[in-house]
This record gives sequence, structure tokens and C-alpha cells, in this order.
Amino acid sequence: MVDTDVKLVYQRPAGFNDTPTHYCPGCTHGVAHRLVAEVLEEMGELGNTIGVAPVGCSVFAYNYFDFDFVEAAHGRAPAMATGIKRVYPDRIVFTYQGDGDLASIGMGEIVAAASRGELLTVIFINNTNYGMTGGQMAPTTLPGQKTTSSPTGRDVERQGYPIQTAELLSTLQGASYVVRRSMHDSRNIRQAKKAIRTAFEVQKRGLGFSMVELLSTCPTNWGMTPANARTWLSEHMIPAFPLGDYKVAQAVAELKL
Amino acid sequence: MARELIKGNVAVAEAAMRAGLEAYFGYPITPQTELLEHLSKRMPELGRAFVQAESELGAINMVYGAACTGKRTMTSSSSPGVSLMMEGLSYIAGTELPAVLVDVVRGGPGLGNIAPAQGDYNQIVHGGGHGDYRMIVLAPASVQEAVDLTVLSFDLAEKYRSLVCVLMDGSLGQMMEPAELPPFQPLKKEIPDWAVAGIPGREKRVLTSINLNPPLQEKTNIRLMTRWQEIEKNEVRYKEYFLEDAEYVVVGFGTAGRIALSAVRAAREQGIKVGLLRPITVAPFPNEILDELSEKVKAFLVVEMNIGMMLEDVRLVVKGRKPVEFFGRVGGVVPYPDEVLEAIKSLVESPLTLEGHPRDRWLERMRAMFAEGENNG
Repeated sequence: MVDTDVKLVYQRPAGFNDTPTHYCPGCTHGVAHRLVAEVLEEMGELGNTIGVAPVGCSVFAYNYFDFDFVEAAHGRAPAMATGIKRVYPDRIVFTYQGDGDLASIGMGEIVAAASRGELLTVIFINNTNYGMTGGQMAPTTLPGQKTTSSPTGRDVERQGYPIQTAELLSTLQGASYVVRRSMHDSRNIRQAKKAIRTAFEVQKRGLGFSMVELLSTCPTNWGMTPANARTWLSEHMIPAFPLGDYKVAQAVAELKL
Repeated sequence: MARELIKGNVAVAEAAMRAGLEAYFGYPITPQTELLEHLSKRMPELGRAFVQAESELGAINMVYGAACTGKRTMTSSSSPGVSLMMEGLSYIAGTELPAVLVDVVRGGPGLGNIAPAQGDYNQIVHGGGHGDYRMIVLAPASVQEAVDLTVLSFDLAEKYRSLVCVLMDGSLGQMMEPAELPPFQPLKKEIPDWAVAGIPGREKRVLTSINLNPPLQEKTNIRLMTRWQEIEKNEVRYKEYFLEDAEYVVVGFGTAGRIALSAVRAAREQGIKVGLLRPITVAPFPNEILDELSEKVKAFLVVEMNIGMMLEDVRLVVKGRKPVEFFGRVGGVVPYPDEVLEAIKSLVESPLTLEGHPRDRWLERMRAMFAEGENNG
């Protein structure tokens, strides 16, 4: 037996408890949650944060995070977060929303919050369908994509086109940091984490509204293995939702992190 | 403080601020807008939160967020806007949060008009939002009473972790009357033990209205209704006018109650032994006094500016023991005291009946009045 130094290189972040998540195997919600918890821990903001959960698959997000949380009505998280942030301007307040929640029923609330330059951070999960209700067509569903409510594939003549949320919000003056990242491999996940860090720093420094759109997988509703879902994301979603920085205000660009 | 001539909407806004309102969220809608306008100036002056929301949906959900912190928060709107808020009201009730809503009711349904009405009674008193919940509803009849009840609304909201609605109407909102404003209350410092706050080292707090386990949701709903029973026991408020020797009793709330009082006074001058019961809390409803009166008096006349919504609550208490008649003007038409006086006289002079529904008889009279108007016009 040789004594070796044991170096801990990986552990559960402090803001993320050990409750098993209810997410399907291969779903990227768990990874996105973890990134948020890691960033808040690294920033030393865990005890200073109030999260706002949406309606959708991540409705129970508050079961996994170890800090104060509230649960909003469908789509209304940015309004609810506004109410909290205006009372507690020195707290970190963020919403975690899916594409049906944010880009369909909650489009009014998100656009208004962004245009007010509300000092909120929004983590936006785009997986091209309504996951919790069983995979219906979302505003982000790709043309031709089959869902339970577009069984022959989304027909743009009758059902319109996907909404490119990051591009749309980037046109608003109050939005200071709006980017899109992907969760389909470790390199992209690392880049997503950096973006989430920047988004929270933007809020902490009072620089304006920040949103990170995360292209995510939904193997169960897509009817794919987790591995195939990641491939499908990179081959089909990224061309429709190009990754990139859609809005980086001058003050944000000058941030030294 | 001295009394000053002040508009109802402005008086309520100022009273709320003096009662320690820390966060207001609203959306413009006539006849409520002056309330929002006043606070858009005053709240920032005092370093308190004010947001003109993108919609009534936005406003009520901002209130939902602020209410999660335990700070005093409110919104105000008028009928169509309040309809939009029903979703948020149900969530606030389901999460057991204190919050105040001021509804300056206008004529409806639909876009209706901007004239005074009481057609929101059912959506405010008997639900509107989904699920098993109740909210405390205070109905002022003057600007002074609106001021006093606004202050009370925050205390009741906190005491019972409940929604409280100050149910006004367009005339109360727009009318100027002398009123004394309350003194400034210091802002509350302590954070309630249930509120979210983002405080390091404290156990995490979660506020939600979701409960996927039906038996647990059932227990929650039973607990909420048990609290409502306590509210019914402690918080019933009403005003009695000339009831000691009354043979006939008019029941009316808010502006309709105030108009009815003029009619009751005129009837008294003509020797009619009539009194007025004016509920101040329409929820909880003053069942007990109405029950006592049902044993003593000859008949009731319910006067409202709607198609007889509180009428059903009165009938539930009277239980057919005495005749109940109804007089209302609707759609933004405000009754004159003379009209109510006529209705009182008709109650006294016409044969009384326990048969049929008072609304049917009222509708018949309304149609006859319209026909007469057409013949004369």
C-alpha cells in the first residue's frame, strides 16, 4: 500500500442539494441547474439570492437549489422577479424559464422586463417543445419538427415560424447582455457557464437586464436516446438558433472577470 | 391632521403610502388612473418601489413577487383590469400571502364604460380566480371611509396572510370630498418568518402554490377555509341606520348604500319606519345582524348597482322568512335617491310576497320603465 494524496477535483456545489431530480435521463435541465449553483457559489452570492421558478418541467427547480425560491404562474416569472428585485435591489434575483413559459405565454412579461432594464438574470431553456405537458409544439419548435400537437411536423403555413428569442430581446435598449449557448457537449457547457457568470455579474454590477438562452435536449419527448438528442441539437437546432452574443452593452464588454 | 378636499383615488393612494406601502405596481385604467399617477410621483420621492407594469397581468404578478418578501404591497385597477388579475389573485391566495387590491369598479360586462357600477361583486366576493379561496372585501361609501379602510386593509392582510380588496366604484374614485388622511406609519423592519429574503445562513424558504399531492392540497384548502371562519368570526363590519324601530330594512353597500341612506332619511320624514344596513365588509358578509333582522322586520329591499349580486347573499340569510325585494341600476347608471325612495314606498304599499324571485319582478319593472320611456320619447 502506498499512501497517495487525495485531491478532491469534483463535488456537488454548495447551492445544489442532494435531492434526486425528477428530470428524464439525458435531459440537460440538471446540468443547467448545476451551472447556476456553481456560478452563484463562486460569486459568493448563494445566501443573497432569490430564484423564481417557472411552470414547465423545471417547476420544481426550488427542490434542488439550496436558497430562497418562489414559484411563479406560467410565463409571469419576470414580473414576479421584478416585484422581488424592486423591494430587494441588493439581492441577486433570477428566473429560470422554459420556451413555452418565456417565449409563448410569457412573451409580454419578458419583453417588458428586458425593456425596463430590470436588474434580473434570466436562464432560458430552449428545447423546442412543451416538456411537462408531454411534448407539444412550442414557439421554438423547428419547421417540420414533429410534436404531439404538430403530428405531421410543424407546417409553417399554418403554424408559423420559430421565435428567435435572443435575437428578439437583443433589440431592446434595456437588455445589456443577451447571448445563446448550447448544452450538447462539454466544451459548449463550459462556455454556457462563462455566460451565466457574466449574466449574474451584469446584474450584480447594476448594468441592466441579462439573459442566457441555453439550447437544451429533451430526449423523452423527442423520442431519441440522450446521445442522439445531443447530435440532433447540434445538427438541427444550432442552424436555426445560431450560438453567439446578441447583445453585449459597452459596459458589459468592458467587464474584467 | 386637518381635513382636506381630496379626490377618492388620490386619497386612497396617499392613505396606502402612509400605511406603510413599500411597493406599488399598477396599470392605467379609467376610473382608477389617478391612484397610479399619484403614487408614480410619491413613491419614488420616498424611495419606495413603483412600477407601471406592462399589463394588469404584469402588475398583479409583481405584487405576487413583492408579497413573497412580506413587505406591504398593493395594486389597483378597474373591472376589466381586475378580470385580468384573477390568475394572480388565485396564486397569491394559494401561496397565503398578504396583498391589497383596490378595485374602482366601472360599468360592464366587456369594455362596458367608465361610469360607476358594482358589477364586480361576484368576481371579487365569490371568486373570479380558480380554486378554493376567499378574500376579505371592504366596501367604503365615502372618501373618508375609503381612506380608513385602505389603512385597515394592510393590517387585515398581514393578520390573516390574506388578500384584501377595497371595493370602490367610479364615483368614489372620482369624487372629491373632505377627508382626514392618516398619520405616516413607520415601515416595518422585521421580516416575517415565512417570507423569502435571501439572507445568508438562514434556512432556505420556498413560497409556492403548487401541491401535486391531492390529500395535502385538500388539507391546505381546509386550513384556508378554517382561517376564513376565523375571519368571519372577527372581522364583520357594517353600519346600521335607523334600525331600532325599523319595520322595513334596505340593504346596500358602497355608493348604492350611501344613496339608499338619502332615500331612507326622506322616507323617515314621510313617517315610514325604514332603516338601512350597510355592509362594510361584503366578505365576510354580515350574516348575524341580517339573521336577527329577519326575525324582527316586515321586509327587505336590496339596492345595488348591479343585477342583484349581493341580493343572493341576503336571500341566503333571510331564508324566505321575510319578503326580499330588489332595486338596481346597472351598466354604469347610478340610481337617484328618489328612485330608491319610490322602491321603498312600493315595498311598503304593495302586497308582499315570498313567491318567485325578486330579480324577476325588478326586471319586469325595468322593462316597463324602458317601454314607457320609448312611448314618451
